[in-house]
Amino acid sequence: MDLRRVKEYFSWLYYQYQIISCCAVLEPWEQSMFNTILLTIIAMVVYTAYVFIPIHIRLAWEFFSKICGYHSTIAN
Amino acid sequence: MANPGGGTVCNGKLHNHKKQSNGSQRRNCTKNGIVKEAQQNGKPHFYDKLIVESFEEAPLHVVVFTYMAYGIGTLFGYLRDFLRNWGIEKCNAAVERKEQKDFVPLYQDFENFYTRNLYMRIRDNWNRPICSAPGPLFDVMERVSDDYNWTFRFTGRIIKDVINMGSYNFLGLADKYDESMKTIKDVLEVYGTGVASTRHEMGTLDKHKELEDLVAKFLNVEAAMVFGMGFATNSMNIPALVGKGCLILSDELNHTSLVLGARLSGATIRVFKHNNTQSLEKLLRDAVIYGQPRTCRAWKKILILVEGTYSMEGSIVHLPQILALKKKYKAYLYIDEAHSIGAVGPTGRGVTEFFGLDPHEVDVLMGTFTKSFGASGGYIAGRKDLVDYLRVHSHSAVYATSMSPPIAEQIIRSLKFIMGLDGTTQGLQRVQQLAKNTRYFRQRLQEMGFIIYGNENASVVPLLLYMPGKVAAFARHMLQEKKIGVVVVGFPATPLAEARARFCVSASHTREMLDTVLEALDETGDLLRLKYSRHKKSARPELYDETSFELED
Repeated sequence: MDLRRVKEYFSWLYYQYQIISCCAVLEPWEQSMFNTILLTIIAMVVYTAYVFIPIHIRLAWEFFSKICGYHSTIAN
Repeated sequence: MANPGGGTVCNGKLHNHKKQSNGSQRRNCTKNGIVKEAQQNGKPHFYDKLIVESFEEAPLHVVVFTYMAYGIGTLFGYLRDFLRNWGIEKCNAAVERKEQKDFVPLYQDFENFYTRNLYMRIRDNWNRPICSAPGPLFDVMERVSDDYNWTFRFTGRIIKDVINMGSYNFLGLADKYDESMKTIKDVLEVYGTGVASTRHEMGTLDKHKELEDLVAKFLNVEAAMVFGMGFATNSMNIPALVGKGCLILSDELNHTSLVLGARLSGATIRVFKHNNTQSLEKLLRDAVIYGQPRTCRAWKKILILVEGTYSMEGSIVHLPQILALKKKYKAYLYIDEAHSIGAVGPTGRGVTEFFGLDPHEVDVLMGTFTKSFGASGGYIAGRKDLVDYLRVHSHSAVYATSMSPPIAEQIIRSLKFIMGLDGTTQGLQRVQQLAKNTRYFRQRLQEMGFIIYGNENASVVPLLLYMPGKVAAFARHMLQEKKIGVVVVGFPATPLAEARARFCVSASHTREMLDTVLEALDETGDLLRLKYSRHKKSARPELYDETSFELED
């Protein structure tokens, strides 16, 4: 019962995505093509984020902590 | 103390606000004083009527998504065009023959880009054939397409009893035969169907004279002339009224017939912002001060072209301000009352009556009989010398066949019905029922949270949809699931980002029908997420009638 509700919700969400992005008026092969391209782009973005964001955050944290550390030594 | 909605302070503030916005001389008059002054002047006070219009802006994300959707559609359009050009896909649109490839192109490929790639995909929502009278309920022929809307075929089935929210049937007079139409049968027996001549030759019947006298009496003007086609009334008569050396100031959103007539006339055309009296005043001042472009001579005539009710926006023209401007700068005014005659005003006489103004102040009153009278054709009314001039010089009178006699009789019957000359008050009741239906419909839609454009008294209700995908989904859903026929409009009839559904409320819609439609709209609005309005409740002040305002002393 809950699974059905969840499935209905997702199919409603997919329908919303279709009418907002004009997919509802495209032919089926165009829809598949558009969905494939969009999912590919999203997958690439997610992968890049997964690989690079922790490293960037660590580097930024070191950079700022060095500056704040510099300030605190000057103050002392 | 019981207050009719809102506190004393609120009412007091409201009343002061209304008074201050008048700018007239009755500043400190009491209620009785106001009434007395109206009686002294003999003119009704149109300043009392606040023009309540709303043109709400869409939320930002909606606009972004709309443009994004059009962008995706355009990209796919390019892809499909590429495939069609390179022969990978069959081209269903019109193309030239191979032998003509080197000639001057007949079909400009890019101009039809939008039609070919976007409109074709959702084309099944337009040009739907119907097979009954366009009354409050009608029958739609079912049709399907096998190749994505390039061709259609009828399945043979008929979708019966679809609620009609699309026909311009404001007073419900466009309906099947009933006993009151007996006079039309008699006229058909005596006169036949065709006139087979133009007005100048042998096409002026006594029916036309009777109709013209009745129209003049209805509008309270000196004379009127009727023509066989509403569009042709505008496009063929404006060239007869203005010519080279004249100036036409036309509203941004005027109908194509007015634009065509203005262009055919050869006069200079300047456009002012929709219903914007400041823009019009600026143009008038420039015209009077600087005159014609190169020679700086005075303009021979300045004609202001407006419509009574604009059907795409649902707005009513700001007539009092425009009349004031016209008098100040000595211009002429031409009002096209196609959608407002019979539908607006306490007895259906149009925008002049709606604002309580004298119809003699407008120079040319034009209207059509298609919308509220259930017939076809148009009229031009005004002073007798104007109409006599048009009788001689109008292109329509010289070249176009005159109005068919049964149609003329239908208009005569409708006019008598509305004016009450047939002995009943049903006509007046219908006009009032239309006003009630309009206000109810608009108010409920606004409460539900849709974005509605226009004046609260206009019976054409545009409901904004914005996204092209939603436009198609809305129209299909309403017809197939809910059995309600609606008209949706998109580019190029409206701006690109403002696609809308346009409802025409009719006096023959019963309260139950309207409630059915409103419920269906509610559900569809939730399904498609169309409720963009950010003012959930009606934020505008109610119009309180002066005489019922008991708390004033």
